[in-house]
Amino acid sequence: MSANVDVSAHRRAVEFADGVFWVGALDPTLRSFDIILTTANGTTYNSYLVKGSDGVAVIDTVKENFSDEFFARLESEVDYGDIKVIVLNHLEPDHSGALPELMRRAPQARLYISQRATSMLKALLHAEDGLKYTTVKTGDTVSLGDRTLEFLHTPFLHWPDTQCTFLREEGVLFSGDVFGCHYCDKRLFNDLVGDFRFSFDYYYAHIMRPFKRHVLDALKLIEPLQLRQIAPTHGPILRERPRRYVTHYRELSTSALSRGIGDDDQSMIVFYMSSYGNTARMAEAISEGAGDVGGVRVSLYDLQGGETEPFVDLIEEADALLFGSPTINGDAVKPVWDLLSSLAVVNLKGKLGAAFGSYGWSGEAVRMIEDRMRGLKMHIPTPGVRVKLIPTEAELEECRAFGRQIAEALVGKSQKKDVIEFADLA
Amino acid sequence: MAKAKITFEDIEQTVNVPAGTRVIEVSEKIGAGIIYGCREGDCGTCMMHVEEGWNNLTEPSVLEEKVLKENMAGRHDRLACQAQILGDCKVKPA
Repeated sequence: MSANVDVSAHRRAVEFADGVFWVGALDPTLRSFDIILTTANGTTYNSYLVKGSDGVAVIDTVKENFSDEFFARLESEVDYGDIKVIVLNHLEPDHSGALPELMRRAPQARLYISQRATSMLKALLHAEDGLKYTTVKTGDTVSLGDRTLEFLHTPFLHWPDTQCTFLREEGVLFSGDVFGCHYCDKRLFNDLVGDFRFSFDYYYAHIMRPFKRHVLDALKLIEPLQLRQIAPTHGPILRERPRRYVTHYRELSTSALSRGIGDDDQSMIVFYMSSYGNTARMAEAISEGAGDVGGVRVSLYDLQGGETEPFVDLIEEADALLFGSPTINGDAVKPVWDLLSSLAVVNLKGKLGAAFGSYGWSGEAVRMIEDRMRGLKMHIPTPGVRVKLIPTEAELEECRAFGRQIAEALVGKSQKKDVIEFADLA
Repeated sequence: MAKAKITFEDIEQTVNVPAGTRVIEVSEKIGAGIIYGCREGDCGTCMMHVEEGWNNLTEPSVLEEKVLKENMAGRHDRLACQAQILGDCKVKPA
């Protein structure tokens, strides 16, 4: 393999294993991807071609406005009539953009996608009828004669539809966005390009991190493979020591913080902001009450004294999250919203949530925070506590009871009535 | 008005509701562990498993059937934002 690869100098397919070609496109000037990611040196849309004795497979396509480059590279190696199989590992538009045109040019080709991809395919192509596709799952294969493509069902990396495709004979894993990064380099291969470690980790942190549990499930399928190369849909092809990227994914998918508390303890974090000390007093009372319940470790944080990023790491590891905010001009205060709007990179599904706060005359903040937590798929076991201005001793006792109640819900010791009447629910 | 009892197994709580109430209306108020996404039967997030009383929920619509299939639902799985309670049943997050 030549050491002076420069794919920007031509529009031909680039062979990187026997009969396996890169036919993607470079996007070096892109500076923001999908709004949420910055891309300091652009990205690539990687598409691949596998030639077998009984037909050709195209694996993933490119963003629509890069179709010309993709088709030119494809045409440099195969005729459209030879394409038997099209695999889309992930249907996001940067990989499916050239699909409608490819299907028009190769109408005989069969499309292989995951079951979850079907509704997305219909929404992307707006062609309910006449779409020829086969849905595949782990263990399903498609033959190209002397070549076999094997599918791995790896959902939620990072969409519900995602899958990986393994070319057995060459040990090439077409991994979709997994092991990808936004890093554009005309030298294409991990042993030739510049230092892309930051881009690799940044991509993981923003795209894969919310789905850590699913990454670990996928790694169980990927780790036993006899991997020789990993061919992701963005960034360098990982041909040198591909397994170290698999190992790195496992490291990245284990806790950002090593748990400082016993594995048997549940972690409850109480965040608050307070302008006159009233919400702070409530936070302390709630923490006190929760601390009375065995098996719960409570941490109290004033949002004024912290930065968002470490709090996000903390939140990812916690089992219950409480937010206290005063109500100012009918709203919760900005630091609370700043933190609550920075949580898209972690998975909060099913964590317990609760809100509390002191207020002057209307007290909307508590319900607004609860709604946001529900939106984050958290579970709110009990409505929050609101106190008008300075809490009395009786109200602080109510806060302690509230803390105890959340902690008991966390360890599954809630006191319950036999049957509740629907009309009695708040 | 006819009443029915729904039990949320994860929090071991039973609620007596008017027949026809959607599961979502009860589960959010009681704080059961079923999680909601779109709340309109499209995303499949609120899939729940019906432990008992499968026939005491309204029949799934064609659209709900489609979403259940797409999300690889098991037997007796339903969408909590769609199913209405007609008689006694016991549910838990899927």
